[in-house]
Amino acid sequence: MHETSAQQVVHAPPQGFWRKYVFSLDHKVIGKQYYALALVAVFTGMFLSWLMRIHMVWPTAKIVGLELLSKNGAPGGVMTPEYYLSLLTMHGTLMVFFVLTNAPFAAFGNYFLPIQIGAEDMAFPRFNMMSFWTTFLAWVVLMLAFVIPDGPPIAGWTEYTPLSAVGRDAGPGMQWGASLWGISIAIFCIASLLGALNFIATTLDLRAKGMTLMRMPLCTWAWFITSCIALLAFAVLLPACILLILDRHAGTSFFIPGGLVASDRLQPHSGGSPLLWQHLFWFFGHPEVYIAILPSMGIVSHILINSMRKPLLSAKVVIYSMLSIGFLSYMVWGHHMFVSGMNPLSSLTFSFPTLTITIPATILTLIWLGSLYGARIQLTSASLFAIGFISMFVSGGISGFFLAQPSLDIYLHGTYFVVGHFHMVMGVASLFGVFAGTYFWFPKMTGRYMNETIGKVHFWFTFIGTYLIFMPMHYLGLIGNVRRYQSFVNDYMAPYLWLHKDMTIAALITGAAQFLFLFNLIYSRFWGAPAPENPWNGTSLEWSVSSPPPWNNFGDRHPIVYHDPYQYGVKGSKGDFVMQDSPEVLASGD
Amino acid sequence: MASTVTPIVPGSADLSSRNNRLAVPFVGSSSADRASRSGIWVGIFAITMSFAAFTSALFVRQGTPDWAHLVMPSVLYLNTLFLLASSITLEISRRSLTAATIIESDHARRAKIWLLATFVLGTAFCVGQYMAWQQLRAAGFYLATNPNSSFFYVLTFIHVLHVLLGVAAIVYLLGRLMASHSTFRRSLFENTAVYWHFIGVLWVYLFLLCLVKL
Amino acid sequence: MGKFFAVVLVLVAMLSAYPIIANYFPLPVDISTHGHLIDSQLHDTMLEAGIAFIGAQLVLAYFLFAFTGRKPDAPLKNFPGGAKTMVIAAFLIVGTEVLALGAFGQKAWATVYFVPPKADALQIQAQAEQFAFYFRYPGPDGKFGAIHPDKIDEGNQNYFGLDPANEVEARDDIVSGELVIPVNREVNLMMHAKDFGHSFYVRELRIQQDFVPGLDLAIHFTATQIGKFEIVCTQLCGLGHYNMKAYLNVKSQDDYDKWLKEQSQ
Repeated sequence: MHETSAQQVVHAPPQGFWRKYVFSLDHKVIGKQYYALALVAVFTGMFLSWLMRIHMVWPTAKIVGLELLSKNGAPGGVMTPEYYLSLLTMHGTLMVFFVLTNAPFAAFGNYFLPIQIGAEDMAFPRFNMMSFWTTFLAWVVLMLAFVIPDGPPIAGWTEYTPLSAVGRDAGPGMQWGASLWGISIAIFCIASLLGALNFIATTLDLRAKGMTLMRMPLCTWAWFITSCIALLAFAVLLPACILLILDRHAGTSFFIPGGLVASDRLQPHSGGSPLLWQHLFWFFGHPEVYIAILPSMGIVSHILINSMRKPLLSAKVVIYSMLSIGFLSYMVWGHHMFVSGMNPLSSLTFSFPTLTITIPATILTLIWLGSLYGARIQLTSASLFAIGFISMFVSGGISGFFLAQPSLDIYLHGTYFVVGHFHMVMGVASLFGVFAGTYFWFPKMTGRYMNETIGKVHFWFTFIGTYLIFMPMHYLGLIGNVRRYQSFVNDYMAPYLWLHKDMTIAALITGAAQFLFLFNLIYSRFWGAPAPENPWNGTSLEWSVSSPPPWNNFGDRHPIVYHDPYQYGVKGSKGDFVMQDSPEVLASGD
Repeated sequence: MASTVTPIVPGSADLSSRNNRLAVPFVGSSSADRASRSGIWVGIFAITMSFAAFTSALFVRQGTPDWAHLVMPSVLYLNTLFLLASSITLEISRRSLTAATIIESDHARRAKIWLLATFVLGTAFCVGQYMAWQQLRAAGFYLATNPNSSFFYVLTFIHVLHVLLGVAAIVYLLGRLMASHSTFRRSLFENTAVYWHFIGVLWVYLFLLCLVKL
Repeated sequence: MGKFFAVVLVLVAMLSAYPIIANYFPLPVDISTHGHLIDSQLHDTMLEAGIAFIGAQLVLAYFLFAFTGRKPDAPLKNFPGGAKTMVIAAFLIVGTEVLALGAFGQKAWATVYFVPPKADALQIQAQAEQFAFYFRYPGPDGKFGAIHPDKIDEGNQNYFGLDPANEVEARDDIVSGELVIPVNREVNLMMHAKDFGHSFYVRELRIQQDFVPGLDLAIHFTATQIGKFEIVCTQLCGLGHYNMKAYLNVKSQDDYDKWLKEQSQ
């Protein structure tokens, strides 16, 4: 692929408060805005999970102040069963969309992709600004569900039909709450499509001279592949949400069959297919989880290489593995629907690519592991989380191996085994990538270091804590603990309630430790030790500019790239590494 | 008029407006232009995916016993003609602009006229779609009447939204072409043309889908 | 800190594996004819997954132990064989294990879904609704009355919307809140959803299947032990989802016949 010439058209330097900090066209500001939104969403989601876990263990307990959040949902501070489901739905929706799509992808990708390829900004800065503010609008619409009297929807972040489609007769929260969900997610789809478009065009066409695709850092590749996945995935979720909203408000019957009697009322719809919603949703939903994990894989790879002063065994294999994961991710959606009533032969057909995707995932894991051999690993907060990611990805990924087999899914579907699996890969591993990226790139973004001691304490609490919370879920799944239950009234659950209590305590403590991270972020932003241009002795282009970078990233110069970003462990003028834009000729040739 | 007329050579980077003339720069391979071309194709790909999703929903839904038959409102044929014609007018406009070096030349004037014609035809299409919906309503087919009508309204409405986006872009282009003190980026015109032709092809596909399946 | 990390990883691996090895969370008793296929599949998968899990965590621990805190001039080494080894290993390990389990291990799936119910299987209909299961037996005439959604009347316990006044087949239908079946007799359960998606899950039977509104689904199974077992809903269906359950009551053939006669009166 050819590199471009230096002529680039960018926006003017920002003037004035609104242009600089609010409606900024600068990808760096937009990246920080996405990060801030994700931060608000993750603490909200975590708070919701606390409420859920407390309620699960003490269902009749009065939670002080909860009636302020919802008079109907928690009269006298005691959470109703329906409000538990509302919190569950909002927890999932916030975390999957506003945290895991925003933080590793939109936030860090926006900030660093242009710099890492040597560009002055994204290809379409105005679209970029619109993407963020549209995402923000989607978030506002979603959060409105908390303040309406009927409350948030109760059908889970998956909003299966017809429960989500018939409207009020489905129960509390399913009148305007579910509609707000549908509108919010539809808006989110549009924002994500715009964002993905930007990433793709920028990566293809704004690379600096010498920056071939193969010389892009692995995290850049991850963002690029993720944006390709996102483009197709959100393009399918948007029609699904539109059809759902029509079923809810326009009397259509895309997803609602005939003859349903809900709340003693015969529903006026007919002919629709609940499975159609599931297919459309999971056609988006499965690639979505790879959208959540791929950027973190890239970020972790990027940080590992830097922290161990040694390239990975083969960057090319990593790139091809990520590409295969992206490709295969579109063939597996039916594994969410093994017992859904779908043709059982289809289930077997979906099982094969699901099992096959284990191959590139294993290749990646083996390469990360194998690259550590013989390295000079430096442990910082960033690298701790990057290495911790490997442990978490293994743990979370292996339980997927069980669920990929339809025979086993007969028993494990809908149990805590699934909950443990997806929390470990998405809620922990993916988030570890975000933490690693934060500690690593904070000095570049702010010109100050984060406090390493607090960072390490944060890591240990989080690493051990998340294992304590989520590993037991697999055992509970094995004994048939059903998910999405607000309390456990089944006979067979009685001997295991103690484990739920332990998990809740672990969740509260681990959650509290996240405030250490928040404190570190805010404190360091203003009072952290000043950081130089290249605090980690990195090779990629973000380390060749000031901390923080100037408004157009490279000032007046147009970087020229001579190497790949893996020149570690080699003799260079800066020590054991050579930067990508350094014309030093290496003995090996590149 | 004291100043002499100096033709602006294609390919020159001089974008300043001299002698009250608009500079019509040669479509260079600057990265920004290439990025916007990539962008429009990526966008087209996403829109195609969305309509593929709608199509698969249609195919799933048509398997149920309540699937009826919808007679296409007659105005749709006329609308199709309008939209296809607008692609032709846009092409003529685009080629005229390619040949134009000075904005006051015949080519540039032709470009403006044919662009205006495109706008008229595109708007006529949108109005015509609205009339198609009116025809359907008059025949008693509303959004929720039966699954066929549901799909018809959804597909045509979403398509019209995209056409309106295109119309907005054409209006913007017209404005820029008529203004006399600004530079004009040809890449926007080229990309709008790609988008507009895509919308036309998409309509042909949707129309055939509705004819055959609904 | 690298050594500490290594120790933590070893502990994580051991402590995670221990409850499984010590069988602290045993599978419920298997009362089905096909369950042993699932159980052995689960066992095989657990073994391979366990080895992979422990192996990976221990390797990570060892590398952390050996390669952190090294001097700045310590030599860098590459894993023997480099990336090629990893790719081959991945294909071999995953390819054989995964595809073997995937390809040859789906006997349970085939038994449940591809083997049709026997001709003399007991036909019972299950209806799931917010928030209960009801079961219907065809009665002595062996036929089910039609379901009329507009005639459903919870207050009068007409859960299925039967019309005995106008339909002969509906008159002798038996409706029960408990799924009573005879032991060692195949049952074909026809599943109907009244309002939303639900699911039928009996741990001991090793069976799970969603109720899908608008779809006529059926599953068949044979219970091999007498006793009472919980049926729970596993598809989120509303606020009472957590409490939506019924009992599978497996009786001896005699007791079942007796029960059926009592219901007909």
